[in-house]
Amino acid sequence: MSKRTFSIGGIHPHDSKISRECAIETLPVPPVVYVSVSQHIGAPAKPVVAVGDKVKAGQVVAEPGGFVSAFIHSPVSGTVKSVGPRKDLSGNNQNTIEIAVEGDEWVEGVDLSPEIVTGFPDDNSVIMDKIRQGGIVGLGGATFPTQVKLAPPPGKKCEMLIINGCECEPYLTCNYRYMLERAEQVVIGTAIIKQVLGVGKATIAIEDNKPEDIAHMEKVVAGLAASSAKYAGISVMAMQTKYPEGGEKQLIDAVMHRQVRSGGLPIDVGAVVQNVATAFAVYEAVQKNKPLVSNTMTVTGDCLPVQHNYEVRIGTPISYIIEKAGGLPEAAAKVISGGPMMGKAVSNLDAATVKGTSGILILTEEQTRRAPETHCIRCGKCSDACPMGLEPFLLFRLTKADMVPELEDNAAQDCIECGCCLYSCPAHLPLLDIIRTGKQQVMGVIRARAAAAKAAAEAAKASQVAK
Amino acid sequence: MSTTIIWTIAIISVLGMLLACVLWLIAEKFKVVEDPRIDEVEKVMPGANCGGCGFAGCRAFAEAAVKAPDLDNNYCPVGGSDVMAKVASILGYEVKAKAPQVAVVRCNGSCSNRPSVNVYDGVKSCKVKASLYSGDTGCAFGCLGCGDCVAACRFGALSMDPATGLPVVDEEKCTACGSCVKVCPKHLIELRNKGPRGMRMYVSCMNQDKGPAAKKACAAACIGCGICAKTCTHDAIVIENNVAYIDFTKCKLCRECEAMCPTGAIHAVNFPKPLDKEAVKARIAERNRKAREAAAAAAAQAAAPETAKENKEETK
Repeated sequence: MSKRTFSIGGIHPHDSKISRECAIETLPVPPVVYVSVSQHIGAPAKPVVAVGDKVKAGQVVAEPGGFVSAFIHSPVSGTVKSVGPRKDLSGNNQNTIEIAVEGDEWVEGVDLSPEIVTGFPDDNSVIMDKIRQGGIVGLGGATFPTQVKLAPPPGKKCEMLIINGCECEPYLTCNYRYMLERAEQVVIGTAIIKQVLGVGKATIAIEDNKPEDIAHMEKVVAGLAASSAKYAGISVMAMQTKYPEGGEKQLIDAVMHRQVRSGGLPIDVGAVVQNVATAFAVYEAVQKNKPLVSNTMTVTGDCLPVQHNYEVRIGTPISYIIEKAGGLPEAAAKVISGGPMMGKAVSNLDAATVKGTSGILILTEEQTRRAPETHCIRCGKCSDACPMGLEPFLLFRLTKADMVPELEDNAAQDCIECGCCLYSCPAHLPLLDIIRTGKQQVMGVIRARAAAAKAAAEAAKASQVAK
Repeated sequence: MSTTIIWTIAIISVLGMLLACVLWLIAEKFKVVEDPRIDEVEKVMPGANCGGCGFAGCRAFAEAAVKAPDLDNNYCPVGGSDVMAKVASILGYEVKAKAPQVAVVRCNGSCSNRPSVNVYDGVKSCKVKASLYSGDTGCAFGCLGCGDCVAACRFGALSMDPATGLPVVDEEKCTACGSCVKVCPKHLIELRNKGPRGMRMYVSCMNQDKGPAAKKACAAACIGCGICAKTCTHDAIVIENNVAYIDFTKCKLCRECEAMCPTGAIHAVNFPKPLDKEAVKARIAERNRKAREAAAAAAAQAAAPETAKENKEETK
């Protein structure tokens, strides 16, 4: 039987998972960390510490700045040196808390022992509170605050929880290592999320280029299911290896054969998708009282003599990680935060990691060179590759002509920026680069319209009250 | 034979006349009444269809101008006061004279002032570059150098200077239509009054970083020190977000701020003579000294009655 996959588009890049045999190592704590207050989607967090304050690892240093926002904790113990703008991975200023490290002292109540705790509370409000207080965000890349995702709006019911272990990005292997080394924790985290959502079914989706993971996870799931009724209903599903299998909407299509409509949310079709790393973070927050202060990232590249999977404290400068990994090789031309398909080039190595950083990829000149652009020959390869069913060649031309209403009609806002179009284009056109700007323009228009509608509704309400 | 020809001609003529009547009736019934002044106004417009006025083109401007009760919100920056005077005479409105403007690029981050810290190898477009990251220099606010403004200019007034990597405005050709202002993702270009004989002053920097960070990123950055604002006697300079801004409606072109600026971020153009920095500085120092003396004298005068009072109390 052929394995499940999403129905339209997709590409097959070489997976280059050269770091798959590297066990997760804990990176030493750097001398200074830079903790940004905008590490998640939504409103930036508000700093609650001042210069000179002593903080312990796990202590709250910034509080949520809105409903869609997250707590931020100090990843280290030490003294707050400054609170102010600092350049992030893209070179733009973000409000950042600089902490000089002194020792490694944790706040009380955090369980740092390696024992696995399998029993979790029945009370969902206790769990939700711990997830919120733990500053958990989606670690699959979008960094959407988890507590918001786990509270479906009224009238919407979740039918299936999908735990995303596809890791379809080439080169990245930290999720692969999670499922080998921390399988129990991931499954317990899955069971916790399942209970909060009140769903009977949870599926851990893993691409079939990771057979060791599939076998190991099946064993662990079976073992835990035998131990307690709380672990019933969790299954492991092997997926066909295809990029971007790990995209939220693609994964729902693959697992449930349901399509999320344009502008809709996964919950509209009864699905909630969480990454394996998020499931692990939920386990740590609920079972160990440990907030999200570190994440795992793959440090890799064909030009690196040794590859690594590091557990890194959030806010560690990229330069420090590269130095610990053996320094930047002579042949390095580009450092990318994330994977080669969706990752972004890092413009300054002094920038610090954030919750969503999943890998540091070092590419050579030859790998990053762009082939010269030629003309579109209307071959349609980009349309065949687009997993969202869009027409990249059309969006490309519309963006160049600045035709924003037409871009919206052709659903430029649905682009997930996966890069399949650019990968498949025989004319080497910079499709994604251009379409991304078009998408940003359309999103701006949509946001402005929503804001205007909201203001009008409020004005109408106010006038009614006045009457 | 001849009768056939005659009949044919007759039938066709009658038919033609009938159909002409039908067409005339339809045209009368569905006639669109258009203000004839729209055509007249359109004729005097420059016809560049640049959109600088905020309308889709010259025709759209003409329609809006005819409908509007006055010309306060409709102004053709390309045609300037000449064209607007003609428009006003057609429509019988009064036109308020508007000072001619010119586009000004507020970035002086040339290759020497602002060295590259990384290499950008993506699409050569400021819009794309801005969507990806802050730029290939240490300054997150400066010119990206891909020339979107040059491509947007319909009058050929902008060009990239290969030596500095910055766009240069040709004052003769610039019509202040504002196309470049709209297209710059860093909002560096501003329309400013041309000034008397083209003389004008502006702060050629938009870097909002704090002083040391701005200075580190670019040698010619405005560091927001505020010396210019303190020096200015016309209240024309404000410091906002660590950047100085000269209000061109208040600036009297005295060039004192230019002399005092420690980084050279304030630019003066089209002045006949180069600035004698030392002379201006001496003048300012002299003025400050006098002001201090006057203040001290005033303070002494204010204090004098009090001391007298105190003395009185003591004697009591």
